[in-house]
Amino acid sequence: MRSIEISAKTVEDAIKLALEELQLSRDEVKIEVLEQPNKGFLGLLGNKNALVRVEEKYDPEKQAQIFLEKIFYFMHLKPIIEVKRTKEHTIFNLSGDNLGILIGRRGDTLDSLQFLLNLFINKKSDQKTKIIIDVEGYRDRRADTLINLATKLSEKVKRTGRKVVLEPMNPHERRIIHLALQDDDSITTYSEGEEPYRKVVIVPKNN
Amino acid sequence: MRELVEFLAKSLVDNPDQVKVNEVEGERSVVLELTVAPEDMGKVIGKQGRIAKAIRTVVKAAAARQGKKVVVEILQ
Repeated sequence: MRSIEISAKTVEDAIKLALEELQLSRDEVKIEVLEQPNKGFLGLLGNKNALVRVEEKYDPEKQAQIFLEKIFYFMHLKPIIEVKRTKEHTIFNLSGDNLGILIGRRGDTLDSLQFLLNLFINKKSDQKTKIIIDVEGYRDRRADTLINLATKLSEKVKRTGRKVVLEPMNPHERRIIHLALQDDDSITTYSEGEEPYRKVVIVPKNN
Repeated sequence: MRELVEFLAKSLVDNPDQVKVNEVEGERSVVLELTVAPEDMGKVIGKQGRIAKAIRTVVKAAAARQGKKVVVEILQ
């Protein structure tokens, strides 16, 4: 994080100069007064300026935006980043042209980008921040698709009495399937296999 | 693509000044050879290669937009 030390006649002046220099506002920085000013004797002897240290506060969301913008620059993309906050995490919803490549097959590019972003922002900070990246509501649409799939396959299991193994999915997607079917008393779901090939299995409950 | 790999690697390691990416141009594909400080190897590979895989996926997506095939190799 950037920081500077600046001296001026008063503490206030020094802070003001530092903020101008860093182009930040007061709530974006940490201020430390290193030396109080001293008027000296009759303004002649021991006249001392105030010295302050102003340091930029680590803001994971801001760092995340800078990180993504840099990657988008290399990809020649210019999405608009809309920031939404929920209780558990922050969501960056991207919109713009040619964002299909950011989603990839079944969202694997989006998940990779999100994984790297979270590694990066949490590298320098003790508090864990989780940022979800979404492209024009892709994640909700994908969840709907998964819930539909889960319902359809559970019907098949009930009809045939045989278990169905789904294709490999990440933990988040498997969770959506488990939750979608948890209230259905005639079937059970569980996961099997090792990451990243772990799959959901739907079995009839007949005992 | 070289700059993208370099940026991603530098964002993840503890010694960004020791990140180097060498570009080897083939007929149809480009090989990007990534070197990092020995103690940073885990930071670009990850458990079961999860980080390396994520880097490759993002770079592949970026390269596809330019109609190129890019291979990212991490050198020991």
